[in-house]
Amino acid sequence: MRFLRQTASIAAKDLRSELRTKDSLNAAGSFALVIIVLFSFMLDPTETQTVYELSGGLLWLVFAFAGALILNRSFARELPNDCLDMLVASPVSSSALFLGKATANFTLLLVVELVCLPVFGGMYNLSRWSTHLGPLLGVVVLGTWGVTVIGTMFSAITVNLRLRELMLPILVYPIMIPCLMAAMKLSTVLISGEAITGDDWIWLRLLIGFDIIFTSLSLLTVDFVLVS
Amino acid sequence: MREKILYVLGVAATLLLVRNLYVIFITLPDEQDQGAIYRIMFFHIPAWFVCFTAYFLAGVTSVLYLVKKQFKYDVFSVSAVEVGLAFTLIGLATGSIWARIIWGIWWTWDARLTWAFITCLLYAAYLMMRNMMDDASTRARFAAVVCTFAFTSVAITFKAIEWWRTQHPGPVLSLPGRSAGGTMDPEMEAALRLNYLALFVIAGVLIAVRMNQEKRLREVESLRRQVHAM
Repeated sequence: MRFLRQTASIAAKDLRSELRTKDSLNAAGSFALVIIVLFSFMLDPTETQTVYELSGGLLWLVFAFAGALILNRSFARELPNDCLDMLVASPVSSSALFLGKATANFTLLLVVELVCLPVFGGMYNLSRWSTHLGPLLGVVVLGTWGVTVIGTMFSAITVNLRLRELMLPILVYPIMIPCLMAAMKLSTVLISGEAITGDDWIWLRLLIGFDIIFTSLSLLTVDFVLVS
Repeated sequence: MREKILYVLGVAATLLLVRNLYVIFITLPDEQDQGAIYRIMFFHIPAWFVCFTAYFLAGVTSVLYLVKKQFKYDVFSVSAVEVGLAFTLIGLATGSIWARIIWGIWWTWDARLTWAFITCLLYAAYLMMRNMMDDASTRARFAAVVCTFAFTSVAITFKAIEWWRTQHPGPVLSLPGRSAGGTMDPEMEAALRLNYLALFVIAGVLIAVRMNQEKRLREVESLRRQVHAM
């Protein structure tokens, strides 16, 4: 119970400080929109069938890129005034600190995604994108948790590096690939207006498995990363 | 004394490699379906097994470092990853040449190849990350965590031919307890096993040499710190 309270207060602290400046949220949101615009030059937006086939891949690229911006700031925000050292030295356990930060990042990225999804559907005339809205949101939630749990872990590792903005994507994207791959496949199916059937279930299992494995691995190793 | 044993082992492995080259190129006949190009197998398969073993050991020593906090584990881990990465590149290059002849393409995005490439990128990032940290104990700790995460990718690469339908062929060696494989000519399999031995010993020697370098590097670093302190 105490652990959950600590996690919630770290998450609330991060969200509050983000909502006061809105730095990451604005940057990630506008960056995501810029990439959505860039896609219109990459493919012919009037060929709706092609866009349907690519939709999952395009969307998750946007989410992953926008996510990197949010994740980079997550621990870097604590560097001025030695806030990170104070947080680590506080009576909050490393895993509560990590989970709190991951939850805050998850919420922020989810907000950006929930804005991008209808914008993407509307601008590329994907009329069927919301026919399976419930399962699509489920996939978005699972995929986003995978992205943020890995991203928060590596954000904590790279925060002390020179060139941390460069190192985070180099380390994080290769590890995220199973999660992104599964989320891309499932999103493409759901946005195209079809239900998840047959062979697609393996991707859902992969996505859930990824979330469970990497959340546990992060919680096991976070004590070695966040030490005073 | 230890260094002498190391160099003797290195020379012995090189001699074995030369002997193997003779057998592979002169004694063994061309393969029925693939012709001369099948010989690349004698380097492609062992190279991958060497790198998988190196990454596995690096993963184990990384966990050991996190538990015991002894620098020797970190030294082994970085040395194994460096040598493993070299063998990964050999595996990718030989695989690519083989694919060009047999499949007609340099590369295909099938599960085995894609994961092998991802693994290569991950460990390259691991080495890059190490270079960006100045403090030795932080570097060792963070590198150990990253190495533990990276090992998941090695496990996926290894299992990819079983989990997905891939263009990459399945197992060929007849190992005890394995139902697939065992279709290779015994003479060729013997040559393959000897080349495994040669490459494994060479990799072991390289890792040991690299470990010595790493230890000396640490000594130099600590001496430099002492000088600065004075």
